[in-house]
Amino acid sequence: MMAWSVQVFSQSTADDIAKYREMIADGNPSELYEMAGEELWKKPSGPKNASLEKCNLGLGPGVVDGAAAQLPKYFKDTNRVQDLESRLMTCMQTLQGIPSQSIIDAKFGEGPKKDMDAIVAYVVTHSKGQKVHVSTSHPQEKVMYELGKRAFYYEAGPFDFSCASCHGSDGKRIRLQDLPNLTTHDGAIAGWGSWPAYRVSSGQFWTMQQRLNDCFRQQRFPFPIYGSEVTIALSMFMAKNANGGIIQTPGLKR
Amino acid sequence: MKLFLSILIAALLGSTAALAQHSSDLQFNRMMKESFRSQGMAGVDRIIQDATQRFCSDPKLVSTAAGMKKAEEIQKLNMASIAPPSDGQYLGDWKNGEAIAQSGRGDTWSDTASTPNGGGCYNCHQINQKEIAHGNIGPSLWNYGKNRGYSQEVLVYTWNRISNSKAYNACSNMPRFAHFKILDQKQIQDLMALLLDPASPVNQ
Repeated sequence: MMAWSVQVFSQSTADDIAKYREMIADGNPSELYEMAGEELWKKPSGPKNASLEKCNLGLGPGVVDGAAAQLPKYFKDTNRVQDLESRLMTCMQTLQGIPSQSIIDAKFGEGPKKDMDAIVAYVVTHSKGQKVHVSTSHPQEKVMYELGKRAFYYEAGPFDFSCASCHGSDGKRIRLQDLPNLTTHDGAIAGWGSWPAYRVSSGQFWTMQQRLNDCFRQQRFPFPIYGSEVTIALSMFMAKNANGGIIQTPGLKR
Repeated sequence: MKLFLSILIAALLGSTAALAQHSSDLQFNRMMKESFRSQGMAGVDRIIQDATQRFCSDPKLVSTAAGMKKAEEIQKLNMASIAPPSDGQYLGDWKNGEAIAQSGRGDTWSDTASTPNGGGCYNCHQINQKEIAHGNIGPSLWNYGKNRGYSQEVLVYTWNRISNSKAYNACSNMPRFAHFKILDQKQIQDLMALLLDPASPVNQ
């Protein structure tokens, strides 16, 4: 009886949140970030006074439509697997002359990271409704997936947590927050497919890099360096598990 | 710092020394070492695993016969690290216990040493039925004492579970609160009272 009532309660809470999302979906403030991002994409800036319009996100120079759907992927010019944020840093460095370190060192939501948020919002909006199609055919992509899987289960720190502690089985909640099981296709698309997202409660737009950063904070891990390999590997793990699922980014969160 | 880093590298590499040194291990350890930096209370040394963490990071091994044998060893290791209350008192004040159970603070890079840690118990457990915002990673603890009784055996078991849950289940998701000094003795006594004081609302 008790288990039953808890389940009903949990179900109705999830329903309420879904209704709430629907209610405000027409006015997702991510649109404001997206518009700012489009401007930043087209505006010449940096020491080289160039725009990002020649940035190759994997589908050719300047192609934004569907680009987020196929990331992370291997890039020949950098000889590594990159996610959206690390690839954008490469474009900013090479096209505009903006040192990546200045972006890595900035605080979330401030300075160059604030611009990054807007550009990310612009790019991911152009994959909304498309299917995730991440490749693991290149050997480095395969390796990245395996590294991500291993990092997902890596338990450490004073709380003994890994990603799997919270995101490794179905139907789990922390407080009232549902936790997608990122090891399954449905869970991975719920997680990977709805970030980056605008968070209504805090009035902030969060990229996947920031989402992962806060997961590691709550895991009591040290600070994951922005764009570092572990963040890209975990993204690869989630994205590949989500392959074929419909992208809902930018998402809208409580 | 340089010396510290080389110790860290040695520790990371050493953690897999018993196994064949696969190139994938080297690559993984290098990735973990290079991907994090210290911030506030959360130093890069937190990446170094102890034997329990290393074992529980390999879900394939955990489910094999060899894994089950290893799990028993890990449990013994954790059991040996548990100390009974130094003053012999198992039960503190359930009202303080409720506050500790509610707080999810502690040990992140945005916490400070002067802020008392919480137990974060409601993150994963139902405890007092009046609190509806509870998680479900752990089992419900509602009516904990009422259902199990208030014997010495239950007191000791519960003390041990809060102190080091991995003494009973090698890869329990529950943090080792005494082992890693997340909670002090008095805080654990107060949590014990929340679960096992007959006057606690949990047992009504």
